[in-house]
Amino acid sequence: MIITVASGKGGTGKTTVAVNMALSLENVQLLDCDVEEPNSHILLQPKINEAEPVYSKVPVVSEELCDYCGKCSKFCAYNALFVAPKTVMVFPELCHSCGGCALVCPKNAITEKERQIGVIKKGEARGVEIVYGELNVGEAMAVPLIRAVKNQMKSNKSIVIDAPPGTACSLVASVHKTDYCILVTEPTPFGLHDLKITVQVLKDLGIPMGVIINRAGLGDKKVYEYCEKESIPLLMEIPFSKKIAELYSRGVPFVAEMPEWKDKFLEILDNIKR
Amino acid sequence: MMAKEITVLSGKGGTGKTSVTASLAVLSKKTVLTDCDVDAPDLHLLLKPEVLETQEFKASRVAVIDEELCVQCGKCEEHCRFGAIEKLIIDPILCEGCGVCAYICPVAAIELEKRVSGYAFISKTKYGPMSHALLNPGEENSGKLVTLVRQNAKKVAEKENCELIINDGPPGIGCPVIASVGGVYMGLIVVEPTLSGIHDMERALGLLNHFKIPSFVCVNKYDLNEENTSRIVEFCGSNGVEVVGKIPFDPIVTEAMVAGKPIVEYSPESRVSKAIAELWKQTLKHL
Repeated sequence: MIITVASGKGGTGKTTVAVNMALSLENVQLLDCDVEEPNSHILLQPKINEAEPVYSKVPVVSEELCDYCGKCSKFCAYNALFVAPKTVMVFPELCHSCGGCALVCPKNAITEKERQIGVIKKGEARGVEIVYGELNVGEAMAVPLIRAVKNQMKSNKSIVIDAPPGTACSLVASVHKTDYCILVTEPTPFGLHDLKITVQVLKDLGIPMGVIINRAGLGDKKVYEYCEKESIPLLMEIPFSKKIAELYSRGVPFVAEMPEWKDKFLEILDNIKR
Repeated sequence: MMAKEITVLSGKGGTGKTSVTASLAVLSKKTVLTDCDVDAPDLHLLLKPEVLETQEFKASRVAVIDEELCVQCGKCEEHCRFGAIEKLIIDPILCEGCGVCAYICPVAAIELEKRVSGYAFISKTKYGPMSHALLNPGEENSGKLVTLVRQNAKKVAEKENCELIINDGPPGIGCPVIASVGGVYMGLIVVEPTLSGIHDMERALGLLNHFKIPSFVCVNKYDLNEENTSRIVEFCGSNGVEVVGKIPFDPIVTEAMVAGKPIVEYSPESRVSKAIAELWKQTLKHL
């Protein structure tokens, strides 16, 4: 079973839920797809066994063969090439690696080379296998790295995916082809507003979902009313507690200190399977 | 005179960017506010803008196959690098609109259709003009929409004689964040004193550094873990980054959010509001 933990709004507790859930399961792999700001490893403190660079393809223009016809830049949907009368400029961070420029070039002047955009790290801690991606600072596109993290998925394991915040392409890439999505929110107007947008994305994708309310007791009741109205199951409430916040601030997953929560996470999984 | 731009960012989500930005909106004069978090915008929930102008944002294209013309050769599927074509059906969610399939199709059965990816708004609020947007759920091109939001803000600033633009940035360090910080006068990072917060702040500082943007840091909820706050102050000190403010934790911030008001307006005498006022005073020295 592949479960993605997502939220829309940042800082609602996705990583807390993903890591604590992984620690409650057996034979589990945790994939941190928040490659811009991965945090799962901070809570899990894994021993890293392997680090692999991840590349994306970008065009290389041969100045010898190029006659500056401009067909490549006209074709490029991402403005990653600019052709001047006597030179071609490539903007690698805008390139989506579609390969179109090389296809349309009438002089076969364009080849592709690999450019490193980040790294994926693999490790293990407390019985949890973890894979996470780290996007190079200054690199714009997270999606190819998210796909590289997901390619490490093992089919014989339970999978927990820690998704990035937001509701755009990075979320879609993370949640694509997963069996279930847990949405972590907080009972505040910001939490509710971003939850609604995320629910829309998941409905469009046809992925079943449930909600965990974190910091329960703060804010108001509107998230509860919304979930009821939309028939989205409320899977768990994590109370607003100084102890949990303090453990998080030190990078300690709360099931390690409060083991009674492991059963609650297992119960969620049973409910989801049903 | 060109308005100066400040972008509020954080790396990690949920550290309080929007609560801080909304309060700065109250405290600052002659300012245009923007929400550059276009896929999960929240600033409007506090500033309550009245929309004056709505623009369609058509940046992306999606491939469409004409089944009557298609000869099922499979070339499109073979050349698509995004895995968006399976059994000759295009998945519009995976399609990135590059146009390779349409180019390669021998019978011209594929066309690219422009789609509306979101909307940009120019609004007025009681704190000043606001430029914001909403990306359609699951869309790409958030960076381009952020660029449009900032362009709109600059136009409004010129028209209304505003001297400052405050951008509420998105979380992360990728495409929409890069679009939010490119060429701004300063970046203000809101960090919380957690190990994740520190880790993400370091990457956000790295990004500002990469683009040679002067950076400043504000610690939010600093008293939740004073040891980590000291680490942040030390780290900033040894990297030449000024800490311009420390805001205490107080559930009154959530109360203000529920009331739909910036905290400095909801409870001007609270410790949080006083800390934000001091933060603003320190920030102004650099403008």
